[in-house]
Amino acid sequence: MSEIKVNTWERFTFGERMARFIVFFGFALALSISLRTVEVIPEFLLDAPTQVADLLARMWPLDYAYYPQGIHHALMETLHVATLGTLLGVLMAVPVGIMGANNIVRVPALHWLAKLILVSSRSVNSLVWALLFVAVFGPGPLAGTIAIGFRSVGFVGKLLAEALEETNPGPVEALTAAGAPWLSVFVKSYWPQVAPAFWGIFLFRWDINVRESAVIGLVGAGGIGMVLDTALNLFYWDRVSVVLLSIFVVVIVAELLVTNIRKRII
Amino acid sequence: MTTDQNNMQVSLPQRSIRIENLFKEYVPGKPILKDISFEVQGKSSVAIIGASGTGKSTLIRCVNKLIPPTAGNVFISGENITKLQGSELREARRKIGMVFQEFNLVERLSVMENVLCGRLGYLTPWRAWLRKYPQTDIDQAYELLESMGLYDFARQRADSLSGGQRQRVGIARAVMQDPHVLLADEPTSSLDPKTSVEIMELLVALSEAHDIPLVINIHDVELAKRFTSRIVGLSNGGIVFDGPPSELTEEHLKTIYGGASWLQ
Amino acid sequence: MTGVVKVKHSSPFKANWWGRFGWVLAILYAIYAANFLDVSWTRFVAGLGNGADFLSEMIPPNFTRWQLLLGNLLETVQMAVIASVFGILCSLPIGLCAARNLLPNWVTWPFRTFIALCRSFHPVIIAILFVKAVGFGPLAGILTLVLASIGFIGKLFAEAIEEISMKPLEALRASGAPFSSVIVYGVLPQVLNRFIGFSSYQFDVNLRNSTMVGIVGAGGVGGTLFAAFQRFDYDFLAAILLSIIALVMMSEFMSVQIKKVFQ
Repeated sequence: MSEIKVNTWERFTFGERMARFIVFFGFALALSISLRTVEVIPEFLLDAPTQVADLLARMWPLDYAYYPQGIHHALMETLHVATLGTLLGVLMAVPVGIMGANNIVRVPALHWLAKLILVSSRSVNSLVWALLFVAVFGPGPLAGTIAIGFRSVGFVGKLLAEALEETNPGPVEALTAAGAPWLSVFVKSYWPQVAPAFWGIFLFRWDINVRESAVIGLVGAGGIGMVLDTALNLFYWDRVSVVLLSIFVVVIVAELLVTNIRKRII
Repeated sequence: MTTDQNNMQVSLPQRSIRIENLFKEYVPGKPILKDISFEVQGKSSVAIIGASGTGKSTLIRCVNKLIPPTAGNVFISGENITKLQGSELREARRKIGMVFQEFNLVERLSVMENVLCGRLGYLTPWRAWLRKYPQTDIDQAYELLESMGLYDFARQRADSLSGGQRQRVGIARAVMQDPHVLLADEPTSSLDPKTSVEIMELLVALSEAHDIPLVINIHDVELAKRFTSRIVGLSNGGIVFDGPPSELTEEHLKTIYGGASWLQ
Repeated sequence: MTGVVKVKHSSPFKANWWGRFGWVLAILYAIYAANFLDVSWTRFVAGLGNGADFLSEMIPPNFTRWQLLLGNLLETVQMAVIASVFGILCSLPIGLCAARNLLPNWVTWPFRTFIALCRSFHPVIIAILFVKAVGFGPLAGILTLVLASIGFIGKLFAEAIEEISMKPLEALRASGAPFSSVIVYGVLPQVLNRFIGFSSYQFDVNLRNSTMVGIVGAGGVGGTLFAAFQRFDYDFLAAILLSIIALVMMSEFMSVQIKKVFQ
């Protein structure tokens, strides 16, 4: 009996091994080509630690006095840009998200349109969006707010569409069967099911937007990024460090806030 | 290695487990195990019975120091486990096969890999990482799987098996260690009655075939009486009964489990 | 059931006053914030006119400098590949060392602090600092993306490890397996799928970010994009944007295929 069986054992079958090999080989190939052709000057890499040390030395001591006169207002501006931008993004994302959920809208053309909007919003970075809207509206927080809004559409819309697609069709059928108009069906059957996910997405995006709105000022879209840009251009490193510290504090506080609220509502 | 083992089996039938004055307290002053002592030698099997929360699981985990005991000694074939640390402890643990209530298989690995896990204590980490097992281990694993009727499942993932099959894999893994003793922590609690009997039969048969002591935590008194030659009753962390199943009376059961209404 | 006391039913639909109050508050806030930011309708309308001009200048996109564009995109991809490989390789051990269920606190906290630091700064800010430290060019971008990858994957990986079942680990410890084998057999199989998911997602993110760090001089297509923007070269700008979108969509498709191999 047992002599016919060949008692070898290997973890993967031949096909699995080949597929894995191809993926790993592909990565190795891409890596080696990239490493050979990318224009990196190795001396710069070796020099980096001393440069970083030099940078840190110039950042110390922090110029706290600059906070009230130059930073505080910009920091508040950043927070408002983030919040207002998130609101704007959510406002735009709700119709797109509904259009993108294939259990609600069954028109393929609308469906594809929604997908296109979502993908382009996410593919273009917030900094690039900011750049575009600075060209349209001129420098300042208006451009930043709208950029944050446009960038958020893709993220919020995609997650909202997924949440809508995961809803239980039971209540929807019940209400439709009872002859409720479309808006009532939506408000009374879909909305209660996705509401927790919706608030979760909102908070999550707001947290991200606080980080992003801190940098869009680098291209002129308002907020603390503009202060940072000025300090960098003038080589006021002790101010740069105060700006970085305040961004750090705001980001951490925002994250703590969001995690705590999420724990409460979910 | 193999000749050495054969010699040991001939000259040293004493594959044994001896527990001496074992204490365990998680909170100082509140011992969960009080002065436990017993010894098992050769192919005999012992069932440890007791209500849940009396420290059966803690006791069995003190044997291989998964939970370090507060005081007392545990000897496996004469070697004191409680004094060992680090790699010495790991080498000692290789001699202690353990079977778990919820099988504790690595669900995402294949049945074969789970069985071979029993050899990890003998394998260098590097060879373990590359899955380079000696051919003798692979052969032994296949033989075990075949004897348990699992040969055809070797390549399947562990989570595709039924409860009884998974427990067999768990037992195969323990046997792969070439253990000097076999510990089983509620091996039948997650199984249906018929499979439970099969698993008990398998454990007892293995203990006899390999001439090793078997210690089973079990709450099912009937199974314990039917399959083991000796019963140790725990209550409030101490031994209240130690003897053959025939001597276990309803009075004992009342002290072990408390109350009498369930004894109908 | 005689002599039933009539119970006065309250309305079955509990008015959600807090919810309504919240909406009013949100609207009031929006008005206040718009005021604070000096956002006004007139500016918005004026902007729309600009926007129309802007759009008309973008169309049709100008692909005549495709060689420059292709070279830049290639550099972007190279940066993303290098940064992803090193970032993922680094975050594997770092995430492992940050998992509180495997290691004692004194080991995990330095790693968790490091991950938190990598996460709290936007890549652009890190890129600025690296540009100052190692000069203009892709090296600064690569270093930035490596840190960003560690921040993201390291955190998620550590969380994934903290969620695993400890039962197989107990069994492996009981069989005398050394710590590294416990990791390889007990931990990795439980988290590898998720790790590959995080990694392929991170490659996507790195690709997107590598199109951006160029704006502050850290290499990749972002530099060209910023230059085109500053020179009012809007038709070339449109070409760059379209190719970035195409690139990102292509990588999304590829990461789906790669995930299938490891299922």
